[in-house]
Amino acid sequence: MMINRQVRRGAYIHIPFCDHICYYCDFNKVFMKNQPVDDYLDALALEMRSYGADGLPETIYIGGGTPTALNEKQFERLFIDIKHYLMSPSIKEFTVEANPESLNEAKLEIMKRFGVTRLSVGVQTFDNHLLKKIGRAHEAKDAEDAIRLAQEHGFDNITLDLMFALPGQTETVLHESLERALSLGTPHISIYSLQLEPKTIFYNRMKSGSLKLPGEDIEADMYGQIILELEKHGLHHYEISNFAKPGYEGIHNSMYWHNEEYYGIGAGAHGYWKGVRYANAGPVKKYIEHVREQGNARVSEHEVTVTEKMEEEMFLGLRLMRGVSIEHFNEKFGRPIEQIYGKEIEQLKAQGLLHERDDRLALTQKGVFLGNNVFEAFLIS
Amino acid sequence: MSEKQGTRQSRIRNFSIIAHIDHGKSTLADRILEATQALTQREMKAQTLDAMDLERERGITIKLNAVELNYTAPDGETYIFHLIDTPGHVDFSYEVSRSLAACEGALLVVDAAQGVEAQTLANVYLALENNLEIIPVINKIDLPNADPDRVKQEIEDVIGLDASDAVLASAKTGIGTDEILAQIIEKIPAPAGDPDAPLQALIFDSLYDAYRGVVVYIRVVEGTVRVGDQIKMMANGKTFEVLEVGVSTPKIENREELSVGDVGFLTASIKSVHDTQVGDTVTHAEHPADKPLPGYRKMNPMVYCGLYPIDTARYEDLREALGRLELNDSALQYEPETSEALGFGFRCGFLGLLHMDIVQERLEREFNIDLIATAPSVIYNVKLTDGSSVRVGNPSEMPERKYIAEVEEPYVKATIMTPNDYVGAIMELCQRKRGEFQTMEYLDANRTNVIYDLPLSEIMYDFFDILKSSTKGYASLDYEMDGYRVSDLLKMDILLNGEKVDALSVVVHQEFAYDRGKAIVEKLKELIPRQQFEVPIQAAIGQKIISRSTIKALRKNVLAKCYGGDVSRKRKLLEKQKAGKKRMKAVGSVEVPQEAFMSVFRMSHDD
Repeated sequence: MMINRQVRRGAYIHIPFCDHICYYCDFNKVFMKNQPVDDYLDALALEMRSYGADGLPETIYIGGGTPTALNEKQFERLFIDIKHYLMSPSIKEFTVEANPESLNEAKLEIMKRFGVTRLSVGVQTFDNHLLKKIGRAHEAKDAEDAIRLAQEHGFDNITLDLMFALPGQTETVLHESLERALSLGTPHISIYSLQLEPKTIFYNRMKSGSLKLPGEDIEADMYGQIILELEKHGLHHYEISNFAKPGYEGIHNSMYWHNEEYYGIGAGAHGYWKGVRYANAGPVKKYIEHVREQGNARVSEHEVTVTEKMEEEMFLGLRLMRGVSIEHFNEKFGRPIEQIYGKEIEQLKAQGLLHERDDRLALTQKGVFLGNNVFEAFLIS
Repeated sequence: MSEKQGTRQSRIRNFSIIAHIDHGKSTLADRILEATQALTQREMKAQTLDAMDLERERGITIKLNAVELNYTAPDGETYIFHLIDTPGHVDFSYEVSRSLAACEGALLVVDAAQGVEAQTLANVYLALENNLEIIPVINKIDLPNADPDRVKQEIEDVIGLDASDAVLASAKTGIGTDEILAQIIEKIPAPAGDPDAPLQALIFDSLYDAYRGVVVYIRVVEGTVRVGDQIKMMANGKTFEVLEVGVSTPKIENREELSVGDVGFLTASIKSVHDTQVGDTVTHAEHPADKPLPGYRKMNPMVYCGLYPIDTARYEDLREALGRLELNDSALQYEPETSEALGFGFRCGFLGLLHMDIVQERLEREFNIDLIATAPSVIYNVKLTDGSSVRVGNPSEMPERKYIAEVEEPYVKATIMTPNDYVGAIMELCQRKRGEFQTMEYLDANRTNVIYDLPLSEIMYDFFDILKSSTKGYASLDYEMDGYRVSDLLKMDILLNGEKVDALSVVVHQEFAYDRGKAIVEKLKELIPRQQFEVPIQAAIGQKIISRSTIKALRKNVLAKCYGGDVSRKRKLLEKQKAGKKRMKAVGSVEVPQEAFMSVFRMSHDD
């Protein structure tokens, strides 16, 4: 047996352009109109080249913004560059985020041609009224059409993004969305509760008092409902917000939770490479300038200390339902976990938030809901 | 008296500035400093006299300051000005009266738009009691809504001063500064007094300096004090040898002596500000004055609260910090106390609420100690059934009702100056706060002084906030202590998760107990975050529960998003959450945030 000493790594590529800004979104994004998209793609290529030279990734994930907002020419050009600089024959997963309104046959054909293995479609909800309320540009039917079209083009590994605890959303409305999502037969669903973030339209509405959100109790009930309904349909809950049929767990995202390294490429992208967590310049023009001048766009770098690495190992790893392997931790850090977190683990167990099974520490059912109490406990400082 | 000294003395002018908060006192002081070139522009920090950050932020002056300025008048003569700054809050009215006593005159600064306010009036009365010459200055005349004629009329009608020569000024732009300086020379008398008489120097402030000991700020009224003199504090008879005398210009300048009319400092290896009480008289040990200057009074705390470190390991740090603050604050008192809920801490006495806030903030800021402050309390005189009596400054120590014969609480005489339109609203407020109407004084066509006797504890609550909000900010308040009266008071306990929390006990009037209990319970429900289990909150009098509410159990807080690999963001969110918890106190098994302890006090009886 050959021992593969190569470091596992992924690559995240950010496309910050959108035709449309959703009311809840605080990701790094801009209106596409009048943006120097071609210059941006040039800069991406330069960045990809420099990272690719360091070794090819096992997974690639193109996120946004809205990657499918690129026109077909730009879209194809992006994939040509990726093929050139980052693609390897042994790639394990290649995901692209797509929005229902901008996914078409031509783009599907391009993605198929360039080896994309997985699509992540931003559906959010199948309730037209709610879609409008959260500022989405598509209707429920557009989402269904887009997914069916993708399936017809041979994409069976598709994940849907859904949201809950939306303003005015009831458990019945949520149930209907889950049913419609399940009926599409995709092997993976990610579902996130609405989080109010500064610099979003919703945040401002909340500040002015004009946004009514379901309270914490309803949110908790919905979360319970989601787990129950999706599990019933064979999508197992493998991470706080992620559900998959066996074998369809997201490989790229799992790398984050396993505290492994990845290249972050593009404006505002975050990466973790050779022990350093870094962030790229966010504004598109700044990003392009930086890449032109210095070959990358890093504006902040932080060498992760051993303590931080241990903390991250725990608060990322415990997001996975199977939890953290004690043996793996002990090996990785050369010290028994009890020596570092003995007290915290005992307390969390006593509170019924954490359990230990088959050499793994994992969240209990209660711990899944109160995850932040658990994650916080593993911060040492 | 030598001729030279006589001439010098005739050119001294000692004055203060009296102004309501925000009426422009500090800005005017800056203009005067500029005009006398005490500081170059580069050295000027805006509002130089307010030295402490805290003061600058709150726009108030806590510690007094005095500067000596040389002003060359247009006629070519050089005058020596001593500008003595005064604190601007009612908690410190005694200190104000002492710094006024160090002056012969005062600038009365009145905002050209807002006119005379109750507190200004109170300070003007203090100045008049000290026989000060008062120069009215109408400030902010450049504001669009300025109405100097109306304000002039007000000064005449309300205060009874001749305002025909009032200076129209804008301290911000410098308009009127020359005229103010001219009037200071012309109207304020030079100090009288004999430099060869036995020494009488009035202490109007003191502060502790780690290297020099206490720096005592004095006004020499009679006699002369020199380096090497043996001096005596007339209040406690302690003697010291003078090491330094000098003035602030505002740079420190040492001198050989301070003589009649001089305002400056002395140091004498004094270890504690408790030996240099404001209002006391410094004299020579060997040839003492016959009697001290009039007006000395020992200051007693009016308001008490418990201060506890959130982190119990920092108890000793808190003790040390209080000790350090006490060096500089003769009005601050503290002694150790223990709370079942909060552990080891100190019961501290303050002159008033502002004083209390300032001490707390300084402890947190300068000494980095996160604190729990319990609700402030007045001192109750409690007569017990066995004929003995106790003074209670901590509500949790209020004896059980069956042992109490009667409870007395401190009252104040409150003077509220208001536009006539709001008299009704103010009377309603005072009635609700258990006030007893005394009288009304019609000051002029538009304004009235409403005078009530009120329990001090009621003034401490949200009285001032409600007063301001129900009069659109127009009414102003001044009060003085007015003895003790019998009241029907009870102790109310608060229970969290079935356990009595001593630090949350309050003393309430029987008539308001139910409403107050309900309000506190609701407020705590709002402030205490959800815990992993349901937490009942109850208010009880004796064994009887009078109000109850429940904090629901925490259901979900897990962070959903992936943030595209942005782990530092997740980390920051968790760190913030953790830092928030560090500012909470575990009371039994319930995590209670800092502000909850204060909330039983901050909330009104009836909102």
